[in-house]
Parts: sequence; C-alpha cells; structure tokens
Amino acid sequence: MSVDYRKITLDGLWHNNPALVQLLGLCPLLAVTASVVNALGLGIASTLVLVSSNLTVSLFRKLVPETVRLPIFVMIIASFVTAIELVMQALTYELYLILGIFIPLIVTNCAIMGRADAFAVKNPVRASVLDGLMMGVGFSIVLVLLGGLREVLGTGMLFSNMHLLFGEAARSWELTLFADYPGFLFAILPPGAFVGLGLMIALKNLIDTRIKERLQRQQTPTELTGSKRVRVTG
Amino acid sequence: MNEIVKAIRGNALAIGLFAIVTSAVIAFTQLATREQISHNKAEFQARALFEIVPRSLDPELVDHRVLMQAPELGHSQPIELYQAIHEEKVVSILMPVIAPDGYSGDIELLVGVNADSSLAGVRVLSHKETPGLGDKIELSKSDWILSFNDQQLAMSGDDSWAVKKDGGRFDQFTGATITPRAIVGATARAIEFFRAHRERLLTPVTATTQPRAAGVSE
Repeated sequence: MSVDYRKITLDGLWHNNPALVQLLGLCPLLAVTASVVNALGLGIASTLVLVSSNLTVSLFRKLVPETVRLPIFVMIIASFVTAIELVMQALTYELYLILGIFIPLIVTNCAIMGRADAFAVKNPVRASVLDGLMMGVGFSIVLVLLGGLREVLGTGMLFSNMHLLFGEAARSWELTLFADYPGFLFAILPPGAFVGLGLMIALKNLIDTRIKERLQRQQTPTELTGSKRVRVTG
Repeated sequence: MNEIVKAIRGNALAIGLFAIVTSAVIAFTQLATREQISHNKAEFQARALFEIVPRSLDPELVDHRVLMQAPELGHSQPIELYQAIHEEKVVSILMPVIAPDGYSGDIELLVGVNADSSLAGVRVLSHKETPGLGDKIELSKSDWILSFNDQQLAMSGDDSWAVKKDGGRFDQFTGATITPRAIVGATARAIEFFRAHRERLLTPVTATTQPRAAGVSE
C-alpha cells in the first residue's frame, strides 16, 4: 500500500483540520485560548498525546481485537495523558496549574480518539505518526491564532507570561501593542472564543472558495459553483 | 456457552495486556518525575511566603509551621500557619485566609501579620474573579494589593478599615467593589485572629520541645 505523505500533511493542516473542519476538541479550544501561552501549552500537550497514541495504536493494530478496540484505545490515550500531565508538572508547574482541568480533559478530546479509530488502526506506523503530528500541529496553530487574537483584543498585549513555557528569558517577549488599552472583556470571556473561531472558519471557507473559483476559471472559464459546507462530526 | 467463555477470555487477555503496558508507562513517568514535582510544589508554595517575608530574614520559614483550627479564617479543617523567626523571635505570622464573599466564589489569600499586629503584606493565591475587572487583586496585574503593607487596624471598631466607597481608606477599582471589599474584610479577620491567639502564635515553634500536633487549639 502506498502512502501519500503529502496528502496526510495537507489534510491535518488544512483540508481536514481538526479545529476548523472536523470541529473536534472544541471544549479545550474555546476554554483555554484566552492567551497565546495557554493555547500553546495545551496545543503542545495535545500534539504529544496525538502522536503517542497514533504511534501505539498503529504499532499494535494487529494485536487489538476489533470488538474491544475502544476500551483499549481509551486506556492508551488516558495513560499518555497521565504521563504528559506528570511531565508538565515537572517541567512547567505554573502552566500546569493555569491549564488545570484542561490537561486531564485531553483524554476526552474527540480529535485523539477520532484519529486513532479513523486512521491509526488502519495505517502503517510512519503514516500514523505523521497523521498524529499534522493533526496536532493543525490543531495547535488554530489554538495559538485564536489565543493571539483574543489576547490582543482583550488585553492589548501579546505573548505575555511566555516565561511559563520557555523559562525566564522569555519574560521579555511580551509586546504591548496598545499602551493604556482599556481592555475588551468580551474577547477574553467564552463568547469571544466562539466569535473568534467562527471568524476563523469563515476565513478558511472564503480562502477555499477563492482557490476553487480560480481553479475552475482556469479550466472552464464560464462555470461557477457555490457553497462549501463545513462538515460537523462531533 | 463455550464460545462466550472463549470470547471473554480473549478480550480480557487483550485488555489486560494493554493494562499492564499502559500502567508501566505511567509508573516509569511517575518515577522519573516524582522528585522534580515535589520540588516544584514546595517551591511554588514557598514563593508566595517569601514574597511577603524576605528569604534573607528567615530562610527556614517553610519549616516553621503551627497547626491550628481557624474557622474564623474560613477553614473547616486545621490549617498550617507559618512563623517568620528572626533571632529567636517571631517577627511575623503568615496565614492562609479564605475570603468567601468574592464576586465569584472563594478568594484564597495569604496574609502576613507582624508581631505588632500591623500587616506585613497580602497576596492572592487563587481566585475566580472576572478577568479585567476583579483580577486587579493579583500583583502581576496591579499593585493595589501592596496598599495593605504596614496598615494598622485600630483595636476596636475601626470604621476606616473599608474600601473608600464605604468611607474607608482602601481604594476600590472602577467597576469592581465587591472583590476589594471581600479582601479588606478578610484581612481584618486575619488581624483579629492574630490578636485572639497572639500568645500562641508568637511562641517560636523552634523554642518549644512540645510536639506541634498536641497544640491544636480549641
């Protein structure tokens, strides 16, 4: 079986992005994206779990009986989340405290179970690891963009508290974009996350439509077709 | 019947096998991170203490613990208070205080009271106040919390121990009065608690040979 690595990469980052197209894992996405550092912390943790669980599931895919695959996947995912929770406590204790319940909640991030059951269980190890990595990176990019958007709109600053993740040297990364910014509470609170994510999905669809139009114009200059709908899976 | 038993056995074996592997992963991670995690926890706790009392004054502050019942401070379980001991005298007492009347739930504070019952300082340990409004109680957002330093509460009925809106001496924030009011109230309770238990709190734990646990008061 030949594996199309390019397709896997593009699917994870764009065409089948877990946050923008599959709309999986929205609970942490909406809850922790009030700042870049929180978003990045959760993004990295989720990516690590995705890669490890895809790797393990793919590695043992011939050993797992079809009927009990779900309990086994849950066990694998939960144990990796526990391990990563421990590692975070050891390396970035304060960020661990800030992210709080959302680290354990990675267990129930549907994107991870989704990739295990939809991809890793049917595909060789290398493709599965790449799929996990690209899905994780695609998810993280959306998290960080949304976190940046909300942080700038909400507080007028960007990259504050980055030292929680990158050590003391990162304290100086903080940018004050607007001095004396009064703050925009709406962006920090959950509704701001919904609106921000909605705007990002709209933007993605707009870009997709433009690309499609351009392709069609090149092929058959007269024909124009319309809407692309977001697939909602859970 | 035989078929069922066989299926159960097969599935159970598969699940059991993965249970062993996954718990091994967790066990190894736990072993590898255990020391660092307990170090981080202690360090995190100590940092709040040393923000109020300089580390140079009493480097062993974290070990000078007094266990006490303190329902006045919002705790239903006995809590540990910390004595800052300098030259064999207790200079200040650090106590965890819960302000139950925040805008959205409990605000956990650390209140330092000096031996003369003035405030050594106050820090917020955790809270759920509204971001952008009530969270100005954090030192990283505003230095409002420093306005408590060295404040003295009069012996009885100090009307000025209140936010300015209530005719007192402490600032409130625009748009948030409930949060500062909760903290002002909690600090007053901390000072009153100190005055009520002054003798016990000012006896250095290092001086007595009595075990601390025996001293759970009341």
